[in-house]
Amino acid sequence: MKPPRFEYHAPRSVDEAVDLLGRYGGDAKVLAGGQSLMPMLNFRLTRPAALVDVNRIAALAYVREDDGMVAFGAMTRQRTIEFSPEVARRLPLLREATRWVGHLPIRSRGTIGGSIAHADPSAEYPAVLTALEGEVVAQGPRGRRTLRAAELFETYLTTRLAPDELLVEVRLPAMPAGAGHAFEEFARRHGDFAIVGIAAMVVRDGARCRTARLATAGAGPVPLRLRAAEEILERDGLGDAAIAAAAARAAELVQPDSDVHASADYRRHLTGVLTARALTRAVERAR
Amino acid sequence: MTDLATVRLTVNGTPREGRCAPRKLLVDFLREDLALTGTHVGCEHGVCGACTILVDGEAARSCLMLAVQADGARLTTVEGLMTDGALHPLQEAFRDHHGLQCGFCTPGMLLTALDLLRVKPEPSAADIREGLSAVLCRCTGYHGIVKAVQAAAPILRARAEQQSRP
Repeated sequence: MKPPRFEYHAPRSVDEAVDLLGRYGGDAKVLAGGQSLMPMLNFRLTRPAALVDVNRIAALAYVREDDGMVAFGAMTRQRTIEFSPEVARRLPLLREATRWVGHLPIRSRGTIGGSIAHADPSAEYPAVLTALEGEVVAQGPRGRRTLRAAELFETYLTTRLAPDELLVEVRLPAMPAGAGHAFEEFARRHGDFAIVGIAAMVVRDGARCRTARLATAGAGPVPLRLRAAEEILERDGLGDAAIAAAAARAAELVQPDSDVHASADYRRHLTGVLTARALTRAVERAR
Repeated sequence: MTDLATVRLTVNGTPREGRCAPRKLLVDFLREDLALTGTHVGCEHGVCGACTILVDGEAARSCLMLAVQADGARLTTVEGLMTDGALHPLQEAFRDHHGLQCGFCTPGMLLTALDLLRVKPEPSAADIREGLSAVLCRCTGYHGIVKAVQAAAPILRARAEQQSRP
């Protein structure tokens, strides 16, 4: 189908965009890369009074390092992230996850801020944001505030951003030197949304594990940090038995729902299998 | 009712202009307003890839963009691939390797493959399969398409080398 009618605005600045969002009082949608919103408009699953297209705000597209953090302008394209040498060096987990986001023609348009603000429970970037303890910066009529990943995601397709707030920046702590990482995902066809995905990072300290990070995509209404599974590795190290125990714990921790794509049981099973795979690869890569 | 917007853009090297409602999809603007019907409309939600074109040199779904968003952009559609009446080497390869049957997905396949070969000039068979998974073909089973892209890769590399020579 075709999109319903809407008023169209293409502001050139963040201030102007925030003003517009305030003026429509929750009845406007932000158009970022459009790879999720445009299908919803075409299917008429959403009928906003107005679209605030932020693609012309040049100041929202950048990648820069900032005091141990890598900061991304919200409109940084997934394709830019995929080919960024800085991301390859500082955030190889994000780079690996990017290859799972749709297909190259989708990543040409899709943005990091859009993917996170859309909060699809199966999406890769929210899982990476959660695993790496990242944060987002939002600008609203009362100025800017920072939300940690753990407080950002509320439920399916819903964040704690207010309707008159614009997500302007995504911040991820650079991964420690020598950290091992892996993003594992299962989908029926490459490029489809994940049935389950797992983001993993481990920091080795000899045979010990100094830090383990695990987060899910597709295994519940929001990305879930698997803290109790991480603790097994931090206590028992990075051997095969510890990985198997962490994977089993991961499967217990998730509360997936059944839907047309997969049953809850299958998602729970996949969580264990993919956690083991992700950890095995991450440990191989850790120095 | 929202007013019509003017869209000025460059398509296949030619400046074009049209007026349309802001809700008009780029693919419909190309087909209906600019009479460039080579770009096909399939699923209208970004899954099938039939409508893939190059926007400022990068493959993108023209059903997931509004025409007004392309104001000022440079587009390449399947109509822009031939030069002086001769098929593009990638089109030749599709013909030679039976890379199409009904042809519905072909414009999207061609533009997707062009972008892929620019990003990865020496792709493995797995790279090509992953890249082409962005476009759905329901006739050929992809074997001919993969062969065509494989065959075109060295030709396009040689061509790029020639063009970069002073």
